[in-house]
Amino acid sequence: MSATLLLEQLINGLQLGTMLFLMASGLTLVFGVMGLINLAHGAFYMVGAYLTAAVTAASGSFLLGLAAGLSGAAAVGAVVELVVIRRLYHRPHLDQVLATFALILIFSEGTRWLFGSSPLWLNTPEWLAGHVPLPGGARYPLYRLVIIGVGIAVAVGLWWLITRTRLGMRVRAGESDREMIGALGIDISRLYTAVFALGAGLAGLAGALVGALQSVQVGMGEPVLILAFVVIVIGGIGSIKGALLGAVLVGVVDTLGRVFLPLAFRAVLPPAEATDVGAALASMLIYILMAVILAFKPRGLFAAHD
Amino acid sequence: MTDPTPALSARRPSRRLGRQGLVQLLLLALLLALPVAADLTGHPYYVTLASRLTLIAMAAVGLNLALGYGGMISFGHAAYFGLGGYVAGIGAFHAFDMTPFLGGIPGSDNLLVLWPIAMLACGLLALAIGAVSLRTSGVYFIMITLAFAQMVYYFANSWPTYGGQDGLPIYLRNQLPGLDTQEPLTFFLICFVGLVLAMALTSRLMGSRFGAALTMARLNDTRLATAGISPTPIRLVAFVISAMITGLAGALYADLNGFVSPSMLSWHLSGELMVIVILGGVGRLYGPLVGAALFIGMETLLGGLTEYWQLFLGLTLLGVVLFARQGVMGWLAGREPHA
Amino acid sequence: MKQIARLGAGLLLAAGIATAHAEEDVRIGMITTLSGGGSHLGVDVRDAFLLAIEQSGREDIEVLVQDDARKPDLARSLANEFLQRDRVDIMTGIIWSNLAMAVVPSVVRQGTFYLSPNAGPSDLAGRMCHQNYFNVAYQNDNLHGAMGAWMREQGYQNPIILAPNYPAGTDALAGFKHLFEGEVAGELYTQLGQTDYAAEIAQIRASDADSLFFFLPGGMGISFMKQWAGSGVELPVFGAAFSFDEVLIKAVGEAAVGARNTSLWAHDLDNATNHAFVESFREAYGRTPTLYAAQGFDTANLILAALESAHPDDQDAFREALREADFDSVRGEFRFGPNHHPIQDVYVREVVMGEDGEPTNRLLGIAVEEIQDIYYPDCKM
Repeated sequence: MSATLLLEQLINGLQLGTMLFLMASGLTLVFGVMGLINLAHGAFYMVGAYLTAAVTAASGSFLLGLAAGLSGAAAVGAVVELVVIRRLYHRPHLDQVLATFALILIFSEGTRWLFGSSPLWLNTPEWLAGHVPLPGGARYPLYRLVIIGVGIAVAVGLWWLITRTRLGMRVRAGESDREMIGALGIDISRLYTAVFALGAGLAGLAGALVGALQSVQVGMGEPVLILAFVVIVIGGIGSIKGALLGAVLVGVVDTLGRVFLPLAFRAVLPPAEATDVGAALASMLIYILMAVILAFKPRGLFAAHD
Repeated sequence: MTDPTPALSARRPSRRLGRQGLVQLLLLALLLALPVAADLTGHPYYVTLASRLTLIAMAAVGLNLALGYGGMISFGHAAYFGLGGYVAGIGAFHAFDMTPFLGGIPGSDNLLVLWPIAMLACGLLALAIGAVSLRTSGVYFIMITLAFAQMVYYFANSWPTYGGQDGLPIYLRNQLPGLDTQEPLTFFLICFVGLVLAMALTSRLMGSRFGAALTMARLNDTRLATAGISPTPIRLVAFVISAMITGLAGALYADLNGFVSPSMLSWHLSGELMVIVILGGVGRLYGPLVGAALFIGMETLLGGLTEYWQLFLGLTLLGVVLFARQGVMGWLAGREPHA
Repeated sequence: MKQIARLGAGLLLAAGIATAHAEEDVRIGMITTLSGGGSHLGVDVRDAFLLAIEQSGREDIEVLVQDDARKPDLARSLANEFLQRDRVDIMTGIIWSNLAMAVVPSVVRQGTFYLSPNAGPSDLAGRMCHQNYFNVAYQNDNLHGAMGAWMREQGYQNPIILAPNYPAGTDALAGFKHLFEGEVAGELYTQLGQTDYAAEIAQIRASDADSLFFFLPGGMGISFMKQWAGSGVELPVFGAAFSFDEVLIKAVGEAAVGARNTSLWAHDLDNATNHAFVESFREAYGRTPTLYAAQGFDTANLILAALESAHPDDQDAFREALREADFDSVRGEFRFGPNHHPIQDVYVREVVMGEDGEPTNRLLGIAVEEIQDIYYPDCKM
């Protein structure tokens, strides 16, 4: 096991983490401000990827596609908020779960209706296809570094938005006292639509960026959604800082576990069994991590409020 | 929890046969009469369909105890459903292969052995998951139960001994002494008895002091605590019983299909069970049955009409959540008498 | 109660005999995956199957199609519906091995014919084989094994091999190694449904392999190929057709070009039946058929050919007619082994850039002639 491989895997984990952060930040923001649990967050990820693929194919420009994916997902998010989500704020979590579960079905099958059953084409653009040399001789794909860069930019942007702007002030006010903010005469429903659209846009951005690396297909948002849930539970629901830390933790632990657990078991078991046991354990690793963290900190690492 | 439907009405339903009682009696009679009629007229497919409905309803009855009566929104009940199924599958596998389980325990295809084991296994799993999960509440609880179920799902997928993702076939339905479980109607009646027992247990439980404490824990756990009762053990016991009922339904379901696979553990199934409970009416004794009938009905009817049936399923669900808050039982039987 | 049950069973039996003999028509039940992830496989099987039935011009064949949404329990329930309510004579359509394992054994045990247009799990070829079960596609190991044999022939000595950690994945690698017969540089298992392969690609880069063989069906293959192309690792890539069908390589784009894959069929395979099939499929549906379409088309034509000599009610005669496999297959020669699984040539294709600027498969040649699965000795029928 060389230091280079370890370094490369750490960057891989970081990249997975930034992608999860884009998903989790929206999820956690929507929960923190509106108290809403949104299972359909993965649908916006899918919408972002599909729109990016469609627009990139039509226009030939990845940047244009990316813009369409981001803004399209935000727009779809705003519409969904106005038509459905808005009716759910005062409902029990149970109703929210059911309604957003229904939205998953509607989005998945609706997308299939519009775009067909086949996966769509979307690749990294030429100008991002290069590599960056790593110390030790390996080369790392530029595109993945760009994703990490975008993730950092979004994290900084969110921090600025929340601590330095009027919108952020209202968000923080809404998090600590939902009734108060209404009493202050702030148009709360517009604030909610904006926050929801922001979350949807970030999910769409994640889908658009990752769509170039993965298969753009119906249902692509679901595995990511569940990972994002783990992230925000670990980080503390409602906390952006927690989402960031949780995302990086989950990304790194998952990546390193997948690589090194089978290797570690090879030291004590025959190779075939080591692979079986190692892979089985690696697939459960982040859930075990979550259970351990919750056993000590039932509200996650940085709980905002329940 | 701001759940408006109290659960106390389940107490002594026999004394006063109001509108709700009538509807409930009619539902049970229908569930029993239709498969018998289908069998007599030579349509065994509908008997099998009714068995499937009955078992899904039974799994939902289990979930309803935790979710409806206990206010614990478990998004991971597929874990117990699947584990129950795997106990039936693994027992049959070792009985068929004549190999021992875990080095020493012989396999068995006797349902009187398999059912208690399935329930015990699910109870233990729920005890472990519940002990960690009940330290949390609200959205944390929803997500952590989901995550634990995913963990079991991935484990079943990647563990090769019992088929991994391919699942495990049960070549011959497991046996119950004195009965021919292969006959569709006999098997349906076994499922039916299981469902009725599960509902009776729920009803008795909710009518007892334990049920009152559980309801109080849901509505206001501070008040319960001032009465000197700690809410967490109450919830944990309800959670474990709930998992055991769902697990037994899973064991029967594996036998009905002659097959168990990780899809019985998937989060979609957890979601569907929740959907069924909510469709029927949360915290209502007969809600799961009505919800299951609707769900299976839609799946069967819409699935034959269009390949985009899940879209319409989604739209229907959305409509129910937004506009029919008491569930279908609420619409059929009116508000709960004590509300 | 038992008596009532028995009475019911008696009535059912009577009714079953009555309907089966009352009609000369043939009813075929197709359960396939038409919704959700990976549904393009089921859609192609269905479309090609219906095309063949339509081309036959026979009015007396009714095909009922149902969507299993890739759920084993739903598939099982639909099978019951077909058997007990619609009383179909023949069933077909299932795409995935795990669904086939859930449905096929009970269908054939109840005396209905099942013809597999895609899945070929090893159990159904070996110890659980059945006289009413015919596989018109392949045994799951075929394509992987053929690639192993072909790579050895081409002089590759140290491939690294990769598959998801589930039965079809471990079987694929075992099948590959069985015919490759040499040492491999390493075996990597991914999680089922995994979307990010950076960790595995880094391991491949760090290994001293001279080639890569992988089995990642559907969306997993798309993700992997895209990330592989972006990684700059320059090993030659090999796989089975499941990761390189016409739909998938169009989604991967240029990154798929150069990869070689084994398939039991190619759209540019040179025989008259195939020319007619590809042309009519393109005309009817406006797309190039995948190998799943070819399998669906062959399945329908096998049924049509067998119906020429017997009705499925005459089980022995119909079974014998199926065994003969006297039809023009789009893949050239086609015959069944003793376990009703095909003995067939496996071809090698290379992904090239087509004239329309989209990648497509080009036939390179035959990888292994007359390949047969290794499970037939276990089959006692």
